[in-house]
Amino acid sequence: MIETKNLQRSFKNGDVETRVLKGIDFTAGDGEFIAIMGRSGAGKSTFLYQMSLLDEPTGGEIKIDGHNTHTMSENERMKFRLNMFGYVFQDYALLPELTALENVALPLLMQNHPKKSAYAQAAAALEGAGLGSRLHNLPSQLSGGEQQRVSISRAIAHKPKILFADEPTANLDNESSRGIMEIFQGLHKHGQTIIMVTHEEEYAKLAGKIVQMDDGKIISEVKNRG
Amino acid sequence: MPLNIRIGFFLAFRALRRASLWTTGLIIGVMVLTFLNLVVVSGILVGLLQGAVDAVRTQYTSDVIISSLSDKKYIENSPNLISLIDTLPQVSVYTARYREAGVLEANYKTRKETDKPNTASAVLVGINPVSEQAVTGIAGSIVEGEFLSPGDYDKVVVGGYLLKQYFPVETPGFTTLENVRIGTKIRMTVGSVVREVTVKGILKSKVDEVSMRAYMVDSQFRSLIGRNDGNVDEIALKLSADATPESVRDALLARGVGERAKVQTYDDAQPKFLKDIIATFNMLGTAFSSIGLVVASITIFIVVFINAITRRKFIGILKGIGITGRAIEISYIFQSVFYALVGSGLGLALVYGFLVPFVAAHPIDFPFSDGILVAPLDSTFFRVGLLVFSTLIAGYIPARMIIRKNTLDSILGRN
Repeated sequence: MIETKNLQRSFKNGDVETRVLKGIDFTAGDGEFIAIMGRSGAGKSTFLYQMSLLDEPTGGEIKIDGHNTHTMSENERMKFRLNMFGYVFQDYALLPELTALENVALPLLMQNHPKKSAYAQAAAALEGAGLGSRLHNLPSQLSGGEQQRVSISRAIAHKPKILFADEPTANLDNESSRGIMEIFQGLHKHGQTIIMVTHEEEYAKLAGKIVQMDDGKIISEVKNRG
Repeated sequence: MPLNIRIGFFLAFRALRRASLWTTGLIIGVMVLTFLNLVVVSGILVGLLQGAVDAVRTQYTSDVIISSLSDKKYIENSPNLISLIDTLPQVSVYTARYREAGVLEANYKTRKETDKPNTASAVLVGINPVSEQAVTGIAGSIVEGEFLSPGDYDKVVVGGYLLKQYFPVETPGFTTLENVRIGTKIRMTVGSVVREVTVKGILKSKVDEVSMRAYMVDSQFRSLIGRNDGNVDEIALKLSADATPESVRDALLARGVGERAKVQTYDDAQPKFLKDIIATFNMLGTAFSSIGLVVASITIFIVVFINAITRRKFIGILKGIGITGRAIEISYIFQSVFYALVGSGLGLALVYGFLVPFVAAHPIDFPFSDGILVAPLDSTFFRVGLLVFSTLIAGYIPARMIIRKNTLDSILGRN
C-alpha cells in the first residue's frame, strides 16, 4: 500500500546541508501494524512525516495505493491527508477551543458529512475510546491520557486507510500508555493499517513489524511473532 | 452554503465563544473607539457649523426668508405679499420686520464736551413681539430684563454684541456701548431722527444677525423711520412640519414674488463662506476618519497576526488533518468581521441612543455656535461598511501569511 523508493530528505541551513533520510526503500502492506524505532536523530519522525504527506521529500518517491505523491499539488495532498490518513501526535494536537466531540467531528465535517452524522460518528469513536462521558469537555479539562484518546478518536473516526502515530505514548504515564496501546491493538485486529514511531521497545513489540532506523537509513525490519 | 464557509464559521464561532473575555472586550473596545472616531469626530466638526446654521434658521431666517431686493429700500407691495402668504397652507406662522441702519448712543448725559460719544452702529428692527416670538422664540435669548410686549412705548431690547460687557472686543472701527443696563436710557438715531429709549431687555445669541440688532415694537418703529405704507423689510416664514422650504420658495417665486423681493430658503440664505467651511470641515472629518480607519486596520492586523502567530501550531494541525487553508482564512475573516460588527453595533447604539440625543439636549458651547453631533444614517452606515471592509482585509492578510507557511514547520514550531 505504501512504497518508498530511495526516499531522501535533507535540510539546508545556509550553506550547510543536513541529510536526514539517506535513500529509504520501504513497503507497508494493508492491515500491517509497523513500529519504527531508532535512537534520537535517526530520522524516524522525518520518515513518518514524508510517508504521511505532512512534509515533502527532497529526493526519491512515495507511492500510496499506486498514486505517486510526488506529482500531487498541495491541495491534492491535503485531500489525501483528509480522506486517507489519520494522525496521532505526541502532544495530542487537539484544538483547545473545541470540545472532544468537536475535535473529532471536525475532519468529518470537512469531508462534507452532514452535521448530525458527523457528530454521531464522532461520539461513537469517543465512546469506543472510553470517553463517552467526556464528549463535551474541552481538552484543558481532560488528562493527558484522555486527550491522547481523543486524538486517536479524531484520527480514526473517518475510517482512514492508514493511521500514523508519532510517539503517541511519549508524554503519558505507564497506565495511560498501556491504554493507548490497547486501543491500537484493537484497531489493528479490525484491519487498521498503523505506522507508529516509538522509543519504547515494550510497545514496539506489540506491533507486527519493527523497523529499526539509524543515521537516516533502515537498518533492520523484524516481524514479531506474537 | 459552501463547505469552506461552513467550516470557517464552525471554527470562528467556537474560537469566539471560548476566547478570553478580556481579549474579546479589548478588541471590541478598540472597534467601538474606532467607530466613534469615524463618526463622532467628523460629526462634531460638521455639527459645530450645523449648530450655527440651525441657530440662524431658528432665530433669524426661519424656514423661508423674504427680504428686500438689494437695490430697494424695502419689499414693495408688502401688504399684498402678506395677503398672499396668508393663503399658503404650508405656512404655519410668519413675522414681518422693519429694518434700518442706525446708531445707538449711551452715556450722553454724563459725557464731557471733550469726550468722544459712546456710540455703536446697529441694525434697528421693528417687530411684532407676538409673531416674532412665535416664529423665532427670540424671547428665549433674553439674558437680562424682559422681552418686548405689544404695548411697549419707547422701550428697546438690545443685542449683546452691541454692549461692551457682553462683547468686549477692541477692534478698530468697531465700538460698543458701555455701562448699559436694564432701565438705562440710550439714544437711537435713524437718519436725522433721534429718539431716547429705555433698555427693557438684553438678549444674547451666537447668531450675529440677532445679537447685532436692537429691537422695538413695530408700531413705534414705523413712526421712527417714517414709513406708514405697510411695506416691510423682512418676512420670516415658519412652515408646517410636512412642508419643505423649497416648495414654498418655489410657490412664491411662481407667483411673481421674486420680482419685488428676494425669496430664500434658510439654506439659500447661508453665506457662501459658511457653506465652504462646512465642506472644508467635512473634508477634515473624512481625513481624520481615514486616519482612524488606518489605525483600526493596523490594530486588527496586529491582533489577528499575534493571534495567528500564537496559534500557528494549531493552524498547522488543522492543515495537517485536512482542513483547507481557505476554511482557516475564512474563520479569521469571520472573527474580524464579528469584532467590527459588534464594535460598530455598540458604537451605533452609543451614538444614536446616547450621544446624538444628549448633545442635542446639551449642545457643546463653542464660541460661535452651540455645536451638535451630526451623524446622518446614510454616511454612518457607509462608515460602518468601510470599517467592516478594512477589518476584513486586516484580518485576512495576517491569517493568509501564517497559513501559507509549511504545514509541518507550523506543527513543529520550526521557522
